Amino acid sequence: MLEAEMEVTVDELKGLVSQRAIDGETMLLNMGPQHPSTHGVLRLLLELDGETIINCVPDIGFLHTGIEKNMEAKTYEKALVMTDRMDYLNPLGNNLCYCLAIEKLVELDVPPRAQIVRVLLTELTRISSHLVWLGTHALDLAAMSVFLYTWREREILLDIFEMCSGQRMMTSYFRPGGLWRDLPEGFEEAVQQFIDLFPDRLEEYENLLTENPLYIERTKGIGVISIDEALRLGVTGPNLRAAGLPFDLRKTQPYSGYEQFDFEVPTATGGDTYDRYIVRVEEMRQSLRIVQQALVRLPDGPVRSNNRKFVPPPRSELGHSMEAVIHHFKLWTEGFSAPKGSVYFPVESPRGVLGCYLVGDGGPMPMRVHFRTPSFANLQALPTMSKGHLVADLVAIISSLDPILGDVDR
Amino acid sequence: MSESEAALAALREEFDERIVDSLEFRGQLTAFVQPESIVEACKFLKDRGFKLLIALTAADYWPDEPRFEIVYKFYSIQHDELIGLSVRLNGEEPEVPSIDAVYPNANWHEREVFDMFGIDFSGSSDLRRILMPYDWEGHPLRRDYPLGYEEVQFTFNYDEIDKRKKYAKD
Repeated sequence: MLEAEMEVTVDELKGLVSQRAIDGETMLLNMGPQHPSTHGVLRLLLELDGETIINCVPDIGFLHTGIEKNMEAKTYEKALVMTDRMDYLNPLGNNLCYCLAIEKLVELDVPPRAQIVRVLLTELTRISSHLVWLGTHALDLAAMSVFLYTWREREILLDIFEMCSGQRMMTSYFRPGGLWRDLPEGFEEAVQQFIDLFPDRLEEYENLLTENPLYIERTKGIGVISIDEALRLGVTGPNLRAAGLPFDLRKTQPYSGYEQFDFEVPTATGGDTYDRYIVRVEEMRQSLRIVQQALVRLPDGPVRSNNRKFVPPPRSELGHSMEAVIHHFKLWTEGFSAPKGSVYFPVESPRGVLGCYLVGDGGPMPMRVHFRTPSFANLQALPTMSKGHLVADLVAIISSLDPILGDVDR
Repeated sequence: MSESEAALAALREEFDERIVDSLEFRGQLTAFVQPESIVEACKFLKDRGFKLLIALTAADYWPDEPRFEIVYKFYSIQHDELIGLSVRLNGEEPEVPSIDAVYPNANWHEREVFDMFGIDFSGSSDLRRILMPYDWEGHPLRRDYPLGYEEVQFTFNYDEIDKRKKYAKD
């Protein structure tokens, strides 16, 4: 590309920053896309008066991989692997959202064991996602040790995911109609070990941060957002709950059997960075409660629907059933067809409302898949939240919003 | 009657012919609104308590006409219910009024739809490309836009690809 084309003209800046910046009274500063505290490749155009932020213009799209377009060219089941790669800290949550949307579109049943396993693993994913958040958030505020501790616990969780799916991060373990395969031997013991160990570890993190004067100084009253403002800007998840509204889709529109579990929706009142920390730590405790209950009531039985039009038959049937061979062949070459029509299925991801809008056209490939991703929606509130703060506080605000750039750009 | 059904009935009464069609699929309600009335319909729903614009996207039904469907999903925190509005647009110069004055968070979603489908949101406060590079040509999520791929350069086709890829040498 020519250099002249790369330059941003004054005209293009006019709509984005104030007249004072164009006159040269305030400073324009480029932050990112490779800045370590932007949690990926987020670029911000900052307008500064001294060190105070007057204006902040996010520039996203550096991690755009065309996931939605790619999914249109794959069968419903094969497109599933793309969802892992959106929000890479919440792969099982993304799988769940996509599978539930398909199951709603084609009206497919899921056996009870698969439902409970889905809840169990999704909650473990929520804990592992919050652990990464906690570590990187503290790291951004120069508390290095928390990062090392949270990574240690996350490793246990990744081992559990690897046990079930063979993959640490890109699991693709949930499939339309249930799970890829049954849980492996030793799974329950591994989860039980984690349940026994985690509450103490959680206390360790809290000892490091909750009453740490430096941490409080950096986070209290920083990036405040009220309930009304949050709803206006489409902010959901822990960021909204920290402002005081107990809005959690697991409670308000239960899916995958969440209504059977006893858990609370933690909220705070201030809506600042500190409250978002409090809410997320408490959420890890509640997730652990769900995992505990799920492990106790894990029923026996099949882990995938018996509907042969959507779910391939088990290998053992292929030897003696012609019908099974036909289904096997049809499902692995052509895939199953979904009816004409569209569904929208929102679930609660660790970051907020993750919605899958799925349009079927009667064929074996989705006509349109759209993910309403929480990071994308939450990031839109960043300019409002950061106005009037210092650049150093901006780092705290970005990390407290918990954006995953893979999730933002898709 | 659920709140979304009540809202849809009230919407039909208030907007009469401007609601072109309504549809229930898998228990989800959608009202199809004329493009000119979308802002008023959004205001109406917001006043009824659907305070959260939870999704705004589009689908391309090419080669059928009307080609585009803009999809709006609203959530009522009070009633815990979801309702959808949709606008159908023709393929030539598709344009729909922007709703970012009613729901400010619509802005980024509209930018995404503009970027991916080339639909113009008139009256938008800031309509620029958001995910693709600002000088990108075409709108990738249109159905007539090819998926495409990058051809791998091997010894046998090195020169051929080298000729086409001028920018690699700049």
